[in-house]
Amino acid sequence: MADTLERVKKIIVDRLGVEESKVTLEASFKEDLGADSLDVVELVMELEDEFDMEISDEDAEKITTVGEVVAYIESHK
Amino acid sequence: MKRRVVITGVGVISPVGNDAQTFWNSLLEGKSGIGRITAFDASDYPTQIAGEVKDFNPEAYMDKKEIRRTDRFVQFALAATKMAMEDAKLEITAENAERVGVYIGSGIGGLATWEEQHQVLMEKGPRRVSPFFIPMMIANMASGAVSIQYGAKGPTSSAITACATGTNAIGDAFRLIQHGHADAMITGGAEATIRPMAFAGFCSAKAMSTRNDEPEKASRPFDIDRDGFVMGEGAGVLILEELEHAKKRGATILAEVIGYGMSADAYHITAPSPEGQARCMKNALRDAGIEPTEVDYINAHGTSTDQGDISETQAIKSVFGDHAYKLAVSSTKSMTGHMLGATGGVEAIASAFALRDQILPPTINLENPDPQCDLDYVPNQARKADVNVAMSNSFGFGGHNATIVLKRFEA
Repeated sequence: MADTLERVKKIIVDRLGVEESKVTLEASFKEDLGADSLDVVELVMELEDEFDMEISDEDAEKITTVGEVVAYIESHK
Repeated sequence: MKRRVVITGVGVISPVGNDAQTFWNSLLEGKSGIGRITAFDASDYPTQIAGEVKDFNPEAYMDKKEIRRTDRFVQFALAATKMAMEDAKLEITAENAERVGVYIGSGIGGLATWEEQHQVLMEKGPRRVSPFFIPMMIANMASGAVSIQYGAKGPTSSAITACATGTNAIGDAFRLIQHGHADAMITGGAEATIRPMAFAGFCSAKAMSTRNDEPEKASRPFDIDRDGFVMGEGAGVLILEELEHAKKRGATILAEVIGYGMSADAYHITAPSPEGQARCMKNALRDAGIEPTEVDYINAHGTSTDQGDISETQAIKSVFGDHAYKLAVSSTKSMTGHMLGATGGVEAIASAFALRDQILPPTINLENPDPQCDLDYVPNQARKADVNVAMSNSFGFGGHNATIVLKRFEA
């Protein structure tokens, strides 16, 4: 879990250009991290590569916070 | 009654300097910006030289996230715009936003993005192509990004006429102000195509110089030993403003734009036509309402190609008659290389500076003039001169011709 969060954080900080301290489990991609719909698509691609998994478009649309991403990855490993 | 249009700010990113004054000083010093390509391994290419922009730091002009989602040509446009806006001291506010527009062109657009994402497509498949691919690659995004960043809500468009792009953009922006559609326009051109695909294509077309062992000597317009153009990159952005609007806010006026002409060769996809180029210059003179004898200086298209330099010389002679031998012509591409869609932007700025400082930038590397190129090309050294009216020519693949006419500003 901690490891997953760290890896997710690293990608978010790099892609969205936000301070690491802002990337909390509660943080919303759109509201708190300034991501638009294109950013989210790109993030999903990065996460798929990083964790060697596929996230369906349907599932991706439901994910709105950092915590939800981490939980999704943990449950699909 | 057409409204008068003036230039109140300029910004440049170029192979000879990353601000307008450094660019201009380099031109007056006759400094070449051409060198061996560092952007990619060019060892398999016939042409291994280019005018690269050096030490460009996008972080000085935009945030990290913006950098990641913009192609290099848009970064150049944003950088040049920032400098031009600061130079003009123009603030976009809720009151004037709808009267300020953007018209920045690019000849090719986001070629680096194209290449990178095409490789992703081939290696990893369609699901890995970036969602930013399209907005990063489309050539109108320089205009789009600038209008978004500055909140300019007036007319916004983009010219795509190959090497005539920058001049078409400025001319079209000039018209928009003249005819009352905007009070100020952010305009010019941006290009960043020092990339494998562009070099492969231009090399196959035999359009570029292969003087790889003497990069600084390679761009030599009107010289008998020229062997093709040398690619440059960068951006030139101007703030055009309606005269009374500029005066009212106490802006410093660099020069006046007085005419714009266009024409089509309707002849060949890449080869030039002196007849089409001559009509373009005539149209610009008619639009400016001046006689050919009033023109003191022409910033030539002058790309250092065999046919192009002869064609333009013939065109100038046919338009200006005896006066062709009295006016001065120079090609600043001898120093910057050919910045494609950006070239009209930086050359309009060079022409405006010539009017301001009463000095003509030279054509460097003009050691043995081609007998078919027998005008005064201001060889090798900048020269003081009385310059009241300057013309800037740009001619593009497809047979697109564009000319603008600038005048020393008199109140």
